[in-house]
This record gives sequence, C-alpha cells and structure tokens, in this order.
Amino acid sequence: MTALAIKNASVFYPVPGKPPVHALKNINLEIFEKEFVVALGASGCGKSTLLNLIAGFMAPSEGEISLNGRVVTGPGADRSVVFQKHALLPWLNVLDNVAFGLKIQGHNQDKREGIAREFIKLLGLEQFEQSATYELSGGMQQRVGIARALTSDPAILLMDEPLGALDALTRERAQELILKVWRDTGKMVFFITHSVEEALFMGTKLIVMSPRPGRISHVFDLPFSQRYFESGNARAIKASAEFIALREEVLKIIFADEAGAIDE
Amino acid sequence: MSDTHTNSGNAFWAGLMKAKPAKPGEIYGVPGQGDSLKISAFVIAALIFFWWLVTYAGLIKPLFLPSPMGVINALLTMLREGFTGVSFWEHTWVSTLRVFGAFLLACVIGIPLGIAMGMNPIARGIFDPPIEFYRPIPPLAYLPLMIIWFGIDELSKVLLIFLSVLAPLVLGARAGVRSAAIEQIHAAYSFGATRWQVIRMVVLPAAMPEIFTAMRVGIGFGWTTLVAAEMVAATSGLGYTVLSASRFLQTDIVIMGIVVIAIIAYAFDHLVRFVERRVVPWKGRG
Repeated sequence: MTALAIKNASVFYPVPGKPPVHALKNINLEIFEKEFVVALGASGCGKSTLLNLIAGFMAPSEGEISLNGRVVTGPGADRSVVFQKHALLPWLNVLDNVAFGLKIQGHNQDKREGIAREFIKLLGLEQFEQSATYELSGGMQQRVGIARALTSDPAILLMDEPLGALDALTRERAQELILKVWRDTGKMVFFITHSVEEALFMGTKLIVMSPRPGRISHVFDLPFSQRYFESGNARAIKASAEFIALREEVLKIIFADEAGAIDE
Repeated sequence: MSDTHTNSGNAFWAGLMKAKPAKPGEIYGVPGQGDSLKISAFVIAALIFFWWLVTYAGLIKPLFLPSPMGVINALLTMLREGFTGVSFWEHTWVSTLRVFGAFLLACVIGIPLGIAMGMNPIARGIFDPPIEFYRPIPPLAYLPLMIIWFGIDELSKVLLIFLSVLAPLVLGARAGVRSAAIEQIHAAYSFGATRWQVIRMVVLPAAMPEIFTAMRVGIGFGWTTLVAAEMVAATSGLGYTVLSASRFLQTDIVIMGIVVIAIIAYAFDHLVRFVERRVVPWKGRG
C-alpha cells in the first residue's frame, strides 16, 4: 500500500529576464510502508528541496504530495524531521528536548516524560537524561534529535543528512543504530545523504538525483540492510563484491553529473 | 634617556610584529588571552593614589578636585545630616526607584515590542520609524517637551528615563529573534506548533542572550539619563544632588554623587550578569 505519494511535483524560482530555474522537475515518487528510501545526488540536485516539500516547509509550484491519502499543505506531526544540526534547544536538557514535541501537542508532564523515556532508552541515552545538549558529542546530539522525532509517532521520518556532521567511526555506529530503530519502529524513512556507501547500506530503495533540473535519474532496490539484520556484520557487507560494484556504478553516475556542472 | 625610550618602543613594536612562542596547557593565539584582574586592581589603586597625591601636594585646588578624604567626609556628612533637608538614603532610594521603575516598564513594553517587530513585518513597519526617529536624539533635547506634555511630577521623569532605556531593549529583542536557527523553528512547526507556541517556546528563549545584553546596555542609558530627568522640579535624587551641589560649587558632593551612581550601576550590572549565567548558561554554546 502506498503511504506517501509525490505526483508530478515541480519547484521553480522565477528569475527576472530569464526562464525560471527548476529546482525540481516532475518528481514522481511513492514510498510504501516500512520502506527506507535514500536520496543521493550531486549538490544542487534538489534533495533537500524534495525533503522540504514532504515536510511541508515548502509548497510545490506544480503537482502534489499526499500522505495516506491526505494532501500535504504544511508541516505536521505525521512527518517528523531529523536535521543535520542546530535543531536541539540548548535551554532544555536531554529529557525536555526529547519531550518537546509532546509538550507542543499539549500532553501532561507524566505522559510526556513517560513517552520521552521510552525513546531515550531506545536510543541508549539513559545516562544523559539530565545533561545539557551542548555538553553531548555530535553523535549523542543526533540521537536526541532522532528520539525527539520519534515521540510524535510519525508515519514517516525525514532525515536531512543526519550523520553528515559526524566523524567516520561514530557515523558507522549511528548507521547501524538508525537501522535498528527503523526495524523496531517500522516507520517509513526518507533519508538524504552525500555518502554513497551510507546510501547503499541503509536504504531499501535508492533514488539517485541529478541537477539542472533537479530530477530522479535512477532508482535501485537495495538488499544490503536486510543482509545486515541477518548477519549483523556491517563491514563485511560493505566490503562484499556486490556492494562495491554497485557503489562504483552509482559513483560514476554522480561524478558524471558533477563533471557536467563544471563544463557548464 | 631618549635612547632607552626608542629601544623600548622598538621592543613593543617588535613584539607585535612577530609570532609569540606557544605555552604549555594553553590554546595558542586566542585573542585577549590572560588574566586582567590584577592589572585592573592595580590601576584603580594607582588612580586613587595619584588623586590623593595631587590633592595632598596642593597641585589642584579642592574647588576643582577635592581629596579622596574630602569626598568620604562629604559622604559621612551627608549620611549624618542629609542634603537639602533630605537624607542620603532617600536621595538614593528615589533615584533608584525612578531608574528601575523606568527599566521595568521598558522591559515589559520593549521586549514584546522588539519580538513583535522581529516576527512581523506589520509591527516592524509601524514601530520602526518612530523608534529610529527618537533613538538618536539626546534626552535633554526632548526633556522640555516631556515636561510640557506630562507635567513636572514623577511621570515626566520616569518617562524620560523609560524612553532612553526602551530603544536599546527593543533593538536587542528584535535582533535576538534572529538567534533562533531555522532548524529549531522548523522542528517546532513539524510537531504541529502554532505560531504563538513557536514564539514562546523557541524564539523567545533563543533571544534571551541578546535580551540580557540589551538589558545591560539599557540600564546604563537609564542611569545616564537620570541627571537630566532630575534637572527640573526635583527635590530629591542623586542626579538632583549632583546638580544642586554643582551650583554651589560643592565639588566634593558632586564627586560623591557620581561615585554612588557608579557603584549602584556597577552592582546592578553584576547582578544581571549573575542572573544571565543562571538563565542562559548555554550562551555561545548552543
């Protein structure tokens, strides 16, 4: 069953005296229940614009986005966003940050803290409940962001390069953590990344986007996260011949787009 | 003599013109690194000593600059006998009340106004011209108008101080609105927040560091305006004390009044900084 449907969505900006710039042109994408869709592409291909459309932070110039049959007209609690950075509230401790969405929705303190603690536990943040967010490492801060996004029980999690600011080792561990959270909660995920390896490892479906105009140029179905759940050995999967072959294929597509950008 | 002078001058410039060596346990190259407290304490002591020296040696007449002891005596006399029939504590209390009353009023009006101007183009369009118009005008220039419009009682005095505190507070709160990252605002909206919730739970707390800075600047302006406010039809207050003493060339009381104002203002500034550390410990680290 289709849960999120993007139909013929285009975004363009008017430029005085020139034809309008297409940030996105005729995007068609369906995300089904329990899917983990990863968007990958050269800079300027419109990945973040697409995420903003789904989140409701931006309205499409043409086309429409609907979630479970309801047209998206603005931001809402059925679509939670995990940002790359700067999204936590430094005047609140970890517990209150995780409970922030519940407070907005008007739940009482007992219920807020009960639900928040559940996700704090899921993300392994128990010992940091009372910590200030700015005292946490980047990886821990992202866990807080993910826990907070989950508290409103969204239909889909939108992740805008959530691991982009992390160091390589933390990043690999965070990938595995997010996969486990995804498996345990069964949410749909739309995940943006710059890392081809991360994209291939985490997604069930990969969309490769190309710039000028921003569009989906390739779609791949991915088996690797399922294999990770079976074997539990992330590095072995990332080092397998099949993984490497696909990685190089995708990299070729992206490099061709980047080279096109330089030639223009 | 001139040789050594040139040498030390050269040494100073030579120091600026080359890189410093690194020190253990210290991050290299942080501007302004090092402790200045001892130097400040020494400078204060040296200034007072110099003040005492020139007055003690009779280089300056007491009319122009009374000795430190003369100023302390003026304070003791005033504590005992008051000034123009009003006790020292009442002078202090009246002025403090005027400044803090105006300050609190400016906070209550200025902070919401600044936030509204930062959030809303209509509010900005309405209030930007009048505030930018009166802001650079010295309070002394519109003091006569205040008296004509609001009389010679407390109201015109407090309003004069209020206006001088209001502008920096409004500007600070308005600039503070931009402190909230768009990701923080988007996060709130994606939980279904209303605009009012975003203002109250994201924008206002994020603006607090800037608002605290504006409060410190604002209360400074308030004390600056105090003397002007107490120029007309006042019978008590520290500003009034300084002004009337100056008419009778009681320089010791003038200096004493100045020092008392400085001490109160300085103490309050430290109080605000203390509250600031408690309320926004995340300042600069968010």
